[in-house]
Amino acid sequence: MNSQTKSGILVIGIGNPLRGDDAVGRLVARHLGKRNVPALRVLEHDGEGASLMEVWKDEKVVMVIDAVSSHTEPGTIHRFDAASEVPQKRLFQASTHAFGLYEALRLARSFGQLPPRLIVYGIEGKSFGIGQRVSDEVKDAASRLVDRILEEAELESRI
Amino acid sequence: MKDKTIKVDYLARVEGEGALIVKIKGRRLTDVQLKIFEPPRFFEAFLRGRKYSEVPDITARICGICPVAYQMSACHAIEDAFSVKVEGPLRELRRLLYCGEWLESHALHVYMLHAPDFLGYEDSLSIAKDHPDIVKRGLRIKKTGNEIVSLLGGREIHPINVRVGGFYKIPRKQEFAPLIENLKWARDAAVETVRWVSGFSFPAFERDYEFIALQHPGEYPFNEGRLVSNRGLDINIREYEQHFLEEHVPHSNALFSRLIGRGAYFVGPLARYSLNFDRLSPLAQETAKAAGLGSTCRNPFQSIIVRSVEMVYACDEALRILDNFETPDAPAVEFEPRVGTGYGCTEAPRGMLYHRYRIDDHGLILDAKIVPPTSQNQKTIENDLWQFVEANIDAPKDTLQWQCEQAIRNYDPCISCATHFLKLVIERE
Repeated sequence: MNSQTKSGILVIGIGNPLRGDDAVGRLVARHLGKRNVPALRVLEHDGEGASLMEVWKDEKVVMVIDAVSSHTEPGTIHRFDAASEVPQKRLFQASTHAFGLYEALRLARSFGQLPPRLIVYGIEGKSFGIGQRVSDEVKDAASRLVDRILEEAELESRI
Repeated sequence: MKDKTIKVDYLARVEGEGALIVKIKGRRLTDVQLKIFEPPRFFEAFLRGRKYSEVPDITARICGICPVAYQMSACHAIEDAFSVKVEGPLRELRRLLYCGEWLESHALHVYMLHAPDFLGYEDSLSIAKDHPDIVKRGLRIKKTGNEIVSLLGGREIHPINVRVGGFYKIPRKQEFAPLIENLKWARDAAVETVRWVSGFSFPAFERDYEFIALQHPGEYPFNEGRLVSNRGLDINIREYEQHFLEEHVPHSNALFSRLIGRGAYFVGPLARYSLNFDRLSPLAQETAKAAGLGSTCRNPFQSIIVRSVEMVYACDEALRILDNFETPDAPAVEFEPRVGTGYGCTEAPRGMLYHRYRIDDHGLILDAKIVPPTSQNQKTIENDLWQFVEANIDAPKDTLQWQCEQAIRNYDPCISCATHFLKLVIERE
């Protein structure tokens, strides 16, 4: 085992708190943070790609949560495993960054710098207008995802 | 007679978004419109009534990639109004901060936004698949720039440590030490970058531009100097509005800037370089010459070389400043606010950025004028496109479309400076 890699799970909640449902990643991170689970380290992040690559660089297990806009039902939770799947661009089309999560995932893969386990959760947003209101469907999805992550964290800790 | 309309509705790889319409009738170019779909900027309006001390933080929000430029132009303008001089170690630290911003902005543009055009790749992600080490190098140079801004600015994006008169807090000398090794690496990497890009294929495209940049007797310009051109302009920055005019053009929400009596002009790395070559550090000059550049450059496609040379300079200058580092007596100069009008011109990565503020006797802003580099270049970009398309009118549509996009990217336009950005839908004919 590489002594440089960190233990436990890093959870990164990505989002812009001023763009409606785009805040949901941070919302999930905040809820998880309050649960004070020892094996979970939680971070809120603005989604800038180069910085993401730095943040997850020495991690063993990472979970990233972000809002997505892919014409599915608002509140749908998409999940994909970055280690085994190539990200679909359509899920990340709505990024406000020229170099965001999608680019970070692809570059990290090209550089051989993807953490061994990296799960991305995308919550389908309903509206991304200016303001701090998160839609009800998206808030519900955030709660469901918190529970799901806690379960998954429990399973990960047994691997 | 066949008409061609090339519509690039979504300009990939510029910060912010925009659109281009090119209309061809037979073999004749009939129209070129660089289109910005954003509502007009309101920053100038909502700065009214704000306290002078809030201005650097508010204007920093105009741009996510060059907030330091806005803070520097704002601070210098307000200091001008209050007759405040920031000199000595504080002045050096401001230059250091700007080095950081130039480094990260130029590295991002060269590697992630511009290089793919020359290499025939769709984007930098595709380059990374074949040449991961090259893209890694670019990101690491960018990171070095970010580290400077983080340390001295207090935060990577929208620094919180900049204020009128100087800074809120100066990091201790030891805190700067780790930057030195990184900058030495970055300097070598920047030299390697110049070598790399100088090997690209450049269209033989040159125009007789009027270049506008700051000029200072003792240094390559960042925050201070006179405004000069290669056609005889040589003015105090306070005379800017007597020589330059901003006007709305019907098809665009952006403001087009022109030199009164002369028309379009060109700001940015090519302008700075062509007007200030002998102020570059010896290494930067050498590297430029080795890349095949003369002391002026009028080919906007070669801006990628010039940006890379400026990265070498930024590393050299940052190392020089850190080598001579002296802790300032105080983080900021003391001053009394007063009624007046102040002017600031500083060289953002994309070119000269002008701020002007009128301040009342309570230190509140009466009115503001902010002219970003991209709005100053818009007419020139459009003019480039006319000439470029005319010369390549028989090229297949896909090729011409891609080349037009590339011609715009030469300017590294920060379109969200000229207006805010909105989402666009791609329509294909």
